[in-house]
Amino acid sequence: MLLWSWSVLADPNTQWILIGCMLLGLMSGIIGSFAYLRKQSLVGDTLAHAALPGICIAFMLTGVKSLPLFFLGALVAGLLATFSISVITRYSRIKADAAMGIVLSVFFGIGIVLLTQIQHSSYGNQSGLDKFLFGQAASMIQSDVYTMIGVSAVIILACSFLFKEFKLLSFDPGFARGLGFPIGLLEQMLMFFTVIAVVVGIQAVGVVLVAALLITPAVSARYWTDRLGLMVSLSGIFGAISGVIGTLISTTTSNLPTGPLSVLAATTVFVFSVLFAPRRGVCAKVIRRIRTNRTIREEERSRMSERGTRLRKEASL
Amino acid sequence: MKQTRHASPLTVTGLTVAYQKKPVLRNLTFDVPEGKLIGIIGPNGAGKSTMIKAILGLLPKVSGEVQIYGKPYAEMRKLIGYVPQRESVDWDFPTNALDVVMMGRYGHLGWFKRPGANEREIALDCLNKVGMADYAHRQISQLSGGQQQRVFLARALAQNADLYFMDEPFVGVDAMTEKAIISLLNELKAQGKTVLVVHHDLATVKEYFDWVMLLNVELIANGPTELVFTKSLLHETYGGKLAVFDQEDGATLVGAR
Repeated sequence: MLLWSWSVLADPNTQWILIGCMLLGLMSGIIGSFAYLRKQSLVGDTLAHAALPGICIAFMLTGVKSLPLFFLGALVAGLLATFSISVITRYSRIKADAAMGIVLSVFFGIGIVLLTQIQHSSYGNQSGLDKFLFGQAASMIQSDVYTMIGVSAVIILACSFLFKEFKLLSFDPGFARGLGFPIGLLEQMLMFFTVIAVVVGIQAVGVVLVAALLITPAVSARYWTDRLGLMVSLSGIFGAISGVIGTLISTTTSNLPTGPLSVLAATTVFVFSVLFAPRRGVCAKVIRRIRTNRTIREEERSRMSERGTRLRKEASL
Repeated sequence: MKQTRHASPLTVTGLTVAYQKKPVLRNLTFDVPEGKLIGIIGPNGAGKSTMIKAILGLLPKVSGEVQIYGKPYAEMRKLIGYVPQRESVDWDFPTNALDVVMMGRYGHLGWFKRPGANEREIALDCLNKVGMADYAHRQISQLSGGQQQRVFLARALAQNADLYFMDEPFVGVDAMTEKAIISLLNELKAQGKTVLVVHHDLATVKEYFDWVMLLNVELIANGPTELVFTKSLLHETYGGKLAVFDQEDGATLVGAR
């Protein structure tokens, strides 16, 4: 079985998919950590769903399937979606979570309508666009992977050069603004990177599941460490591992989709982290509670017996 | 009052701030003397925190101008230290106390540069000043409320500012921490620094502050504690609109200053 899987990997096409999924996991993990810490876990989901109508419109306008064009469409749609959310929360009594729910479903609805429209029309090359719903990693080609290498390099470089700034922005944006850092610009940058990760991810994982790759590795990584730098790196590594595992399982077992398998792999890492992470994990917590309870009980017992002997002494006096 | 620089540390002219349509701060014009502990007093919703945030540029102003030592705010940013309300951040953030204090140096570091040994030393020193040196490597969620407040204070100290804004530093801390904070504020004052503190507890105002601003959407009074912290002015700040009687009182106070 193992031997057979290696022979499959010798296929250059599979290698590209493997690298692509790994890079996708890596960059979503890194960018997702900041989104998670800024309590914007759902923003990734909103962006992903909003990207669908953007991609459809980009295709309808140009009639070609190209990643840069789709990216442009998704970016515009994503910005429009986040802008709608901030307008709704500012000028009505609707809270952010409800606003996200509304915007997400409206954009997704429009996206599905457009997608159906495209499917029944005569563009000729529209087949494959519906793959954006659930993703198809197998459709990844060499040039896509080159794009992903570039994109992940940009994200990693930006996050290491601006680590201090992103950390302050995530922890205390008000203080950062007081120090004179352009908070709006930094926020837009993180937003922009999230959109990139989402658009790149949509091809492999699909609109519905791409948010999982943003958030699940970050949440898992948070369980293992109390240091931001380590958390961001771990999150990237978890994401990359999930991508690799997803690809390996789907290439060795026939008829299973890569993207959803990657998401399931990420979920497995998450469950493992929740259970077995040192200190924050469930097991560690249970063990700690049992231990402290035992020491408290022992202390109480020794105190009681001490008092007992003292009382007996006093009584005998 | 000893003036080391000719201009006041903080001059605010015609500051108006509005949420949606309602003004929450109306046409505030004042300046504060250097080297004083200044209490900002007023009822809930009077706009005390809003005023600080507007001065610091954290909230958009409808109108108004802020000058720090006679120069525009943006040029003088490095002279300003800020202690936000403790609840304004998530204390489960993956970082430790020392790291949070080092954030006070980020403004001096500028872009891209990472904090190094020098920043570490400053941060440790500041933690020491607030009596938290032993907790430097403690994850911030494992600190008590009072300890978290001290960490925020140490971060402001690390900014090494001349003018400090503190948003309710005494809320939810125990008596010992409150004493520690106030003695630290007095130390800052002794160094000639100016500290503005949003304060709630009227019982301690006379003891803590030598200058008081009474605020309720409009500026009611701004002056030395013994002149401003009076029954009638407090009544005007907190109670009904006894405009005629109290405005007269306020007028004499402005004259006295």
